[in-house]
Amino acid sequence: MILQSLEIPIDEFQRRTGWALRPEGACKGDRCVPLPQHTRSGFVDARALSERLGMPIVHDEAHACYALGPESGDRILASAVCPEIALPDLDGREFAISSLRGRKVVMVAWASW
Amino acid sequence: MDTGGADAARRWIERAKPEHPSLIDAAHTLAEKLGIVNVPMSVWIDEQGVLVRAGDVASTRESPIKNVEINESMPPRVRESLREAQKIETDPDLYLAALRDWAKKGAESRFALSPEQVVERSRPRPRPVALAAANFEMGQHLFRSGHPDDAIPYWREAHRLQPENWTYKRQAWSIADPNQGETDVYEGSWLQDVKAIGGGQNYYPRFEP
Repeated sequence: MILQSLEIPIDEFQRRTGWALRPEGACKGDRCVPLPQHTRSGFVDARALSERLGMPIVHDEAHACYALGPESGDRILASAVCPEIALPDLDGREFAISSLRGRKVVMVAWASW
Repeated sequence: MDTGGADAARRWIERAKPEHPSLIDAAHTLAEKLGIVNVPMSVWIDEQGVLVRAGDVASTRESPIKNVEINESMPPRVRESLREAQKIETDPDLYLAALRDWAKKGAESRFALSPEQVVERSRPRPRPVALAAANFEMGQHLFRSGHPDDAIPYWREAHRLQPENWTYKRQAWSIADPNQGETDVYEGSWLQDVKAIGGGQNYYPRFEP
């Protein structure tokens, strides 16, 4: 995820990465990783995430922004529950794959290139 | 999965007039979330929202490239690229039969994997792969916010860190050259990188029931 600051609003972090921040730490699937208490309420520190979850940080000084990568050290899928995927259609209307719950879904990735 | 966003995808979608949703993943989030590293690749999701397969090559017909006649009037690089492309192996009959079997039998289908198998078969993500994702995303961000030249070093780094990710490479190459040929911007090209893995026959993983 792209950040302007290393302090990330918790809501945004959870929505974008699928990790949930609970009293016991950052949790995804069956895995929970303790995080140090952050001083600013409602925010999480990207440096702590980088250290504890192996999420690399890339910094672009010229444009004053950061990219926080996904967690590392394990497999991409921590569980078989499909992660939340919501993407826009041609008209910019967001569509959540989870809205198809109750039906079998085949999602095919393609590209123009 | 297209950095060009809706503008790049529009003519394909409008011509195909699909009855299913067609969504635009300009940031290539499916790489990070599901391990999609080339196209076409698919995931199958059951009625409860659980993945039963993830990351299969989803070819539903033989590529028309298979039937292109290679002749001497073509430039050498085009001839060579076509030769490699014609070696690419897919099995559309098996893929479609498997899909129909799952559609009919659900969890009883021999092609439906258990949750444990889905997790085990998902791609490993050591630190270089996570760092490749961060670099690719930074490049995407800079490209889409009007700084295409500034994207290049990040994309080069993503290619170096995760060479098996063809979407990272093909996306960036196609911006420098629509034919994904050699440029002075990137180390590799489609032809060069396919040859580096031993040829087109190694381009896609085989469908494993």
